[in-house]
Amino acid sequence: MGLFRMPSLGADMEAGTLVEWLVKPGDSVKRGQVVAVVETQKGAIEVECFEEGTVEELLLAPGQKVPVETPMARIRAPGEVPAAAAPAAPPPPAAAPAAAPREAPSVAKAAAPPPPPPPAPTAGPKVSPAARRRALELGVPLDRIHGTGPDGAITVADVEAAARGAAAEAPTPAPAPAGPVSPKAEAVRAAPRRGFDPVEMRKAIAAAMSRSKREIPHYYLATTVEMARALAFLEAVNRERPPPERLLPAVLLLKATALALREVPELNGFWVEGGFRPGPGIHLGWAISLRGGGLVAPAIHDVDARPLPELMAALRDLVGRARNGGLKSSELADATLTITSLGERGAEAVLPVIYPPQVAMVGFGAIVRRPWVDDEGGLVARPVVQVSLAADHRASDGHLGSRFLAAIADHLQRPESL
Amino acid sequence: MSAPTTTYRECCKQAIRAALLADPRVFLMGEDVGRYGGCYAVSKGLLDEFGPERIRDTPLSESAFVGAGIGAAIAGMRPIVEIMTVNFSLLALDQILNNAATIPHMSGGQFAIPLVIRMATGGGRQLAAQHSHSLEGWYAHIPGLKILAPATLEDARYMLAPALLDPNPVLIFEHIMLYNLEGVLDPAVTSVDIEHAAIRRPGRDVTLVTYGGSLPETLAAAETLAREGIEAEVIDLRVLRPLDEATILESVRRTRRCVIVDEGWRSGSLSAEIGMRIAEQAFYELDAPLRRVCSAEVPMPYAGHLERAALPNRERIAAAVRTLLRPGS
Repeated sequence: MGLFRMPSLGADMEAGTLVEWLVKPGDSVKRGQVVAVVETQKGAIEVECFEEGTVEELLLAPGQKVPVETPMARIRAPGEVPAAAAPAAPPPPAAAPAAAPREAPSVAKAAAPPPPPPPAPTAGPKVSPAARRRALELGVPLDRIHGTGPDGAITVADVEAAARGAAAEAPTPAPAPAGPVSPKAEAVRAAPRRGFDPVEMRKAIAAAMSRSKREIPHYYLATTVEMARALAFLEAVNRERPPPERLLPAVLLLKATALALREVPELNGFWVEGGFRPGPGIHLGWAISLRGGGLVAPAIHDVDARPLPELMAALRDLVGRARNGGLKSSELADATLTITSLGERGAEAVLPVIYPPQVAMVGFGAIVRRPWVDDEGGLVARPVVQVSLAADHRASDGHLGSRFLAAIADHLQRPESL
Repeated sequence: MSAPTTTYRECCKQAIRAALLADPRVFLMGEDVGRYGGCYAVSKGLLDEFGPERIRDTPLSESAFVGAGIGAAIAGMRPIVEIMTVNFSLLALDQILNNAATIPHMSGGQFAIPLVIRMATGGGRQLAAQHSHSLEGWYAHIPGLKILAPATLEDARYMLAPALLDPNPVLIFEHIMLYNLEGVLDPAVTSVDIEHAAIRRPGRDVTLVTYGGSLPETLAAAETLAREGIEAEVIDLRVLRPLDEATILESVRRTRRCVIVDEGWRSGSLSAEIGMRIAEQAFYELDAPLRRVCSAEVPMPYAGHLERAALPNRERIAAAVRTLLRPGS
């Protein structure tokens, strides 16, 4: 019997409010399946389950706020006997002697407990055949689409709406609670299911950043990387692609950082209990500023192993969901290093504040044209980007940080390697 | 000047009249078709115009006069046999299945059977459980037959001629609720084919497949739905065997949803066949489960309110569509 607990969605989270169950007792669940929506300071988050089996009992009702790690549901492992049926399952030993005189040979067989029933096939969301195919064409994951068809089935229209980047789900900014709010379940349910509460968001950022500057001895390094080759590479790639699929410079910065982390794994991970713990993969948090103010840095998983077009799609998807709601718990909890990229209208350089318990953060300024001395010693105008590193001096030193920045710069000079 | 109003009944009569005038081998035979003028008055007046040789009253024996019609067709005539109602045709089922549908095959094509059998079908007039069923789906099961279901004035008027030209037996099912259908015969139409289904109303959201007596109800449901913003496409099958799959599949691939309206009983029905063909050939295009509106699986009740409750109607059709497109409502 497994317990599904209120997850910690970041170091600063202490408690969460259950907004909605997406499963009911008797449902089969798989590892990674979204089973509940939990309201946190970062907004409503879809929470995944890490048990496999059947939902035995829901221990929380929507509206309840509980500390992190509080059991929320009991999940029966496959093959395990249901709790209620358990006492009845083995035949009562008294029955055997009674049957023995007449049917002695069959007693042994009769006494053997029946084999456990095969686990029920997992009932995923209902998806129309056409919608399933459309989702495949558009590369939209079905598990985060809300179905509006018969029996809540996902239809083609639902898939296309999801692909348009939540245009269908109107991004109504979550209103800040006005006046005293009754802490009832109704109040939570009445609130828009998705979206961020700017007041709570501010509190979360304040807590995490204060902790960072209080506990982490930051050191900073920066370097300027010439981007002509990288941009020419992008232009060539994009010539073949329709506008919605074009790659943006951000994806090069993302991938270059991931590949550099392979070479310098000492910066990929966490500072916990007085020591460095390496990350389980290269899962890069991407800082996304929200339109109503505030920011989140959800993770893109296994960045080093994924091709650029896939990362671009993941990045677009993530930005859309961060701004309109629908982030998953694993995306909020898993980042092993965070990147902030200021974009084309941003400042030229940034000195980031590390997101604890990570041990480093990488910043990219805007890509701008500046005077550059080329290989022949001539002065030319070239696109350049300032790459900066904030790192935890408890976990690493400047020499290592320099090697890391050099590795990023090197990968950006060889864009075809990305 | 506008063309005069006519009825489905009159169109059936004019079709027979035109056939009798066009070909001396054509004759009409059946119970009460002569002196009584036909139990639905389709052949009223034809005895006076064409005489008893060509408008022949028969004894009350479906097996005998359908068999006689088969023999006449083999011998070179072009008989039109009228069976009063589809329930009575079961007495002639042996002739229709074991002889009419089969002899061209068993004779290696030596004997054509250019026979047309017309019969009334369907419920709605409180004629009770021995006169009200829709059994055309059973006949559509039989290889060797062509099954027609005229649902418009034009089809009632013009399907008979190509049916008589067909060397194989053709069964024409006239729904009893259509005989009083009034309207203006389209002067632009002077012939129709007996191969294709027709799209009677174009639409983008859902395909409604129907035929015969259910067509007017289905079109009425489509109008209701249009006021709710749902554009239903209505397909009139016209030919129940062989089925015009191409028209059905083309439409369903566009709308991605389908409701089949069939006055027959649901189990083992024509609607089941159509639904299965869609499932076999357009499964990946579907965006919603297939739905059916059929008659209740009971012998047709006599009582008017029970009969109405047993038959498909516009409300049930519209409701079935809403379950696909407005599941919340």
